Amino acid sequence: MIPGSFEYHHPGSLDEAIALLSSLGDDAKVLSGGQSLIPMMKLRLAEPAHLIDINGLTDLEYIKESDGYLTIGALTREADLDRSDVIGKKYAVIHDTAHVIADPQVRNLATIGGNLAHGDPANDHPATMLALRAEVVATGPNGPRTIPIDDFFIGPLTTALAPNEILTELRIPAPTQGSGGAYLKLERKVGDFAIAGVAAVVTLDGSGNCTLAGIGLTNVGPTPLRATAAEKFLLGKPLSDDNIAEGGRMAGEASQPTSDHRGSAEYKRAMVKEMTIRALKKAKARAEGEQ
Amino acid sequence: MAKQTVTLKVNGADHTAEIDQRLLLVHFIRENLALTGTHIGCDTTHCGACTVILDGKAVKSCTVFTVQADGKEILTIEGMTTNGKLHPLQEGFMEEHGLQCGFCTPGMIMSSYALLQENKNPTEEEIRWGISGNLCRCTGYMNIVKAVQYAAQKG
Repeated sequence: MIPGSFEYHHPGSLDEAIALLSSLGDDAKVLSGGQSLIPMMKLRLAEPAHLIDINGLTDLEYIKESDGYLTIGALTREADLDRSDVIGKKYAVIHDTAHVIADPQVRNLATIGGNLAHGDPANDHPATMLALRAEVVATGPNGPRTIPIDDFFIGPLTTALAPNEILTELRIPAPTQGSGGAYLKLERKVGDFAIAGVAAVVTLDGSGNCTLAGIGLTNVGPTPLRATAAEKFLLGKPLSDDNIAEGGRMAGEASQPTSDHRGSAEYKRAMVKEMTIRALKKAKARAEGEQ
Repeated sequence: MAKQTVTLKVNGADHTAEIDQRLLLVHFIRENLALTGTHIGCDTTHCGACTVILDGKAVKSCTVFTVQADGKEILTIEGMTTNGKLHPLQEGFMEEHGLQCGFCTPGMIMSSYALLQENKNPTEEEIRWGISGNLCRCTGYMNIVKAVQYAAQKG
């Protein structure tokens, strides 16, 4: 399949990329890993007149810890997240997520920034970033601004990014003692989108009570979803089997799946419930020191 | 139609051409260079038949524009043989019957090559994970795994 014609731009700096976006407006699309955009262009679901390839902006590829945050450059590849020591040891939920995105070849090119900026509720990082209460840094002509993840996803394939902004960084608050997380994805086969996915992050105090809970849901709504009621229910309580089961039930109720070739809405809701239970148990075990 | 002159190093040789900016890498390899060992299977980023090595990493060449590879190095199945001698992976696929129809084979070999570059002695599970972006429809995974093990042992 041959995509429509476009003019290719290969800026050498972020400023140049933003200037191009500002002057070309809605006719331009940003190309990062290209693993969603190029298939969409081949199917003529996207026909941008201009393509702004930001792969030359290698200073946007980094994983750093500083000032109480983990910061990840938007152009960081999934394969690099999968291999990162700091993510493997301290941010297991991000490792879980990157590890099950698409397949090895796609992960070599696909970027975390693209995964979020695409705004697809079927993508995996959004649920994890919701659970981690991340912040998205968007850079435009007036410099960077920070968007809380809860304000980022507006609708299907629609985010809070302005047309002349580029997603440049993810900021994740560093976990305190007693924190753990896990991402579980139910998929028919490697490389498929999730039937449903659940990211769970918890922090436990010295007596085992939950002081922080984050639960994000993949591909069970028009946008990535936060299971707010389940999070609130778990706060201040020990993560007993009963409490976890109730949290799972509430997450299932918070999901808004539709029936399609991946399963009925009822089945998907049941899977959200069960996977939330399993993700919470795994997050708890990791918070208690299990790898 | 927007054109651009690009230079790619493919299997060790520089190739310069004026191309449409929308030309996909797989079409450049197959049509401009007549290297038809790289196959087009699904054309939708699933099957991995078009896998090539781009600057050391396995990628699906149906999902990369040629202009993105300007100035970069590509290795295709044709570049795996040196002086008429098969690469241990090619030998492994032959010795272990790692193919029936052969359509997926070039992609399987390129993904396996990338895996072995990173992990010289993979477990069976790591091999299966390494080729999880490649589909075989002759149900040949058992022997494909054996072929990769053969190559790993031969080093």
